[in-house]
Amino acid sequence: MNAPDTLTPNSYRAQPDDRGHFGEFGGRYVAETLMPLVLDLDRAYRAAKEDPAFAAQFDDLLEHYVGRPSPLYYAERLTEALRESAPDGKGAQIWFKRDELNHTGAHKINNCIGQILLAMRMGKTRIIAETGAGQHGVATATVCARFGLPCVIYMGAKDVERQAPNVFRMKLLGAEVRPVTSGAHTLKDAMNEAMRDWVANVHDTFYIIGTAAGPHPYPELVRDFQSVIGTEARAQMLSRINRLPDLLVAAIGGGSNAIGLFHPFLDDADVKMLGVEAAGHGLDKEHAASLAGGSPGILHGNKTYLLQDEDGQITEAHSISAGLDYPGIGPEHSWLHSIGRVEYTSATDVEALDAFQLLCRTEGIIPALEPSHAIAAVAKRAREMDRDQIILANLCGRGDKDIFTVAEALGVKM
Amino acid sequence: MTRLSAAFAQAHPALVTFVTAGDPTPGATPAILDALVAGGADVIELGMPFTDPMADGPAIQAANLRSLAAGTKTADILSIAKAFRARHPETPLVLMGYANPMTIRGADWFAAAAQDAGVDGVICVDIPPEEDEELGPALRAAGIDLIRLATPTTDAARLPTVLDGASGFVYYVSVAGITGLQQAVQSSIEEAVARLKAATDIPVAVGFGIRTPDQAAAVAKVADGVVVGSAIVDLVAQHGADAPEAVRAYIQSLASAIRAARMEEVA
Repeated sequence: MNAPDTLTPNSYRAQPDDRGHFGEFGGRYVAETLMPLVLDLDRAYRAAKEDPAFAAQFDDLLEHYVGRPSPLYYAERLTEALRESAPDGKGAQIWFKRDELNHTGAHKINNCIGQILLAMRMGKTRIIAETGAGQHGVATATVCARFGLPCVIYMGAKDVERQAPNVFRMKLLGAEVRPVTSGAHTLKDAMNEAMRDWVANVHDTFYIIGTAAGPHPYPELVRDFQSVIGTEARAQMLSRINRLPDLLVAAIGGGSNAIGLFHPFLDDADVKMLGVEAAGHGLDKEHAASLAGGSPGILHGNKTYLLQDEDGQITEAHSISAGLDYPGIGPEHSWLHSIGRVEYTSATDVEALDAFQLLCRTEGIIPALEPSHAIAAVAKRAREMDRDQIILANLCGRGDKDIFTVAEALGVKM
Repeated sequence: MTRLSAAFAQAHPALVTFVTAGDPTPGATPAILDALVAGGADVIELGMPFTDPMADGPAIQAANLRSLAAGTKTADILSIAKAFRARHPETPLVLMGYANPMTIRGADWFAAAAQDAGVDGVICVDIPPEEDEELGPALRAAGIDLIRLATPTTDAARLPTVLDGASGFVYYVSVAGITGLQQAVQSSIEEAVARLKAATDIPVAVGFGIRTPDQAAAVAKVADGVVVGSAIVDLVAQHGADAPEAVRAYIQSLASAIRAARMEEVA
C-alpha cells in the first residue's frame, strides 16, 4: 500500500472527489438497496487506509503469497527484432513489468488480496465475483481458499466454454462457478448477475469487483491495490537505469492493470502513457473499444464511456480476449482520456495474435491475449521511437489459459 | 391536485401496476395498458426496457429482452405514453427504468419528452439520492414527480436523504433482492411502512413479490398503495396476443381484494 499522497492542486493523482467522481465520470449509480452497503464500504476503506496493520498485512501477503515485487525485465531480443524493421536510428528499448509471474498468473490477485482483507474487516462471510477470462475468478477463488470463505463466481456461459481450464481451476480451489445465460453470455452479463446476487445477500456478502470500475469506492480502491504495479516499476526503473521510461503501455478492458501501472507515474510530466483497447474484428465492425467507439453513459454503478446505441441500450462487445470483452471502461480512464493525460489506441484480434506469437518466439514468454494487445501497440510505437528511448509495458497475464483459443484462431487442432 | 395525488386520495389504497413497454411488441402495449385501467389499476408504471436490468428478476429481465428484440425504441415508449394520456386523461402514468436510457440524450431532453407525453412521475432504479442532479432537477422543473425507492437497508440515518426531493409517492421495496421472487413477511412490511409514514406525508406504496389477491389485501391494510409487476409480466409472457383479457381479469381480482381489505379495516 502507498502512504497517503501529498497532493498538489494540479495533481493528476487527486481523483476521485469524496463522492467518487473523476471529473464528470465515476459516481455511485446503484439501487437503493445497495447504497447503504456502498457507503459502508467507503467508510471501511477509509479506515483501512489509515490503519498501518492493514497495509502491513497487504504488503506481507503480496510479498510471500503473491511473489512480489514482480521483476522488471529488459526484452532485448524483442527490441532487436523490432529494430530490424524500423527506420535507421529507430527502435525503442522495450521493458516489461512481469506481473504474469504473480501467483495465479496475472495482476488480478493484487486486488483480490486487498478486497478480501477489506471483506473480513467488514465482517462479511461470503464472497462473490464476476469473471470474463477467468483470471479474476481464479484469483478470487484463490484468496477465498486462502482465507476459508465460501465463494461464488459468475461467468458468462460463452466464457465458461472458451476458458475451460480456468473454470476447472476455480472448481479445484473450491469455488462454485455459476454460468450466466442472460444477454450475450459474457462479462457484462456476469456482472449483472453478480449485482443481483449482491442485492439479495447484502447482509453477509462482499462483492470482489475485478476491475477499476463499478460504484465508488471500487474504482478507487481497485486502483490503489493495483498501484503496487506502477509503484514497484517506477522504483525499479530508477534503481536499474536511473531514469523513468518515456512511454508506458498497458491493455485495457475495464482497465485495472493499466491504471495500476499508470497512476504512480501520472505526475511525471515526461512520461507518456498509452492504453490499448481491444479492436476485435476492427473498429468499424464488432469490437470492445469503449473510448474509440463509445460515448459516456451509466452502467454497473458508474458513469463512463460505454458501447451503446442512440437510446442508451448497451451493445455487445467483441474481443478474442475474454478479459477485454466488456462494453465499458473504468471511469478514471474516461477522465484521463477526456483531459488528454493518457493516450488511448486499440489493437485488433489479428494484431494481438501476431504480437502473442512474436513474444513467444523472441523472448520465450507466452503472454495472455490481454497484454498481447499492449504488445501489438508496443511493436508499432517502438519502431517510431529513438533507440535511446524506453517503453515500459505491463505484461499483466500469462497465456497458458489462452492456448486453446490461439490454436483455434491459428487453425491448429489440439 | 396532481393525477398521482388524486390516485392516492381515494377511499381505497392505490393499485399500482407495472408492465414493460413494448412487451411483446410496441403495438401490443396499448391494449394491455387499457386492460390494466379496465381491471381497476389506479397507477400505471410503464417500464422502459434496458439491455442490463440489474435490479430485476428473471420475469422482467425476459420482458426487457422481448421488448428490445421486437425493436422497441425510446420514441415508441413516449408515443405509447402520449396515446395513453389521450385515451385516459385521469390515470397517472409513471415511467420506470434505468439511468442510461433516461439520461442518454440529457436530463432536460428526457424531462421535456416525458412532460410532452403526459407522464406524471419517473422511477429510476439506479440513480440514488446522492446522484440526484443527474435527473432530479430537470424532472422537478418539468413538474414531474421523482419517485424515490426505500428498502429494508434504508436505515433511519439515511431515510431523510431518500425522502429529500421525493414526491408523488415513496416506493417501499419490501425485499432486499431483485423483482419477482419472494415476498417479505407481513410484520416487516408493517414495521417499515410505519417507519416511513412517521417520516413523510407522501403516500407509501409497497412492492416486490406481491402476486396473489390475498397478499395484495394484506399489504393494502397497512400501505397507501400496492405495487404488482412481475405477476402481470408473467401473464403477458404466457398469453401473448391474448394477454389483455387475462390481465384485466387478474387486475380486477387484485383491485377487489384491495378494496375489500380496506373496508374490513374501516369496519
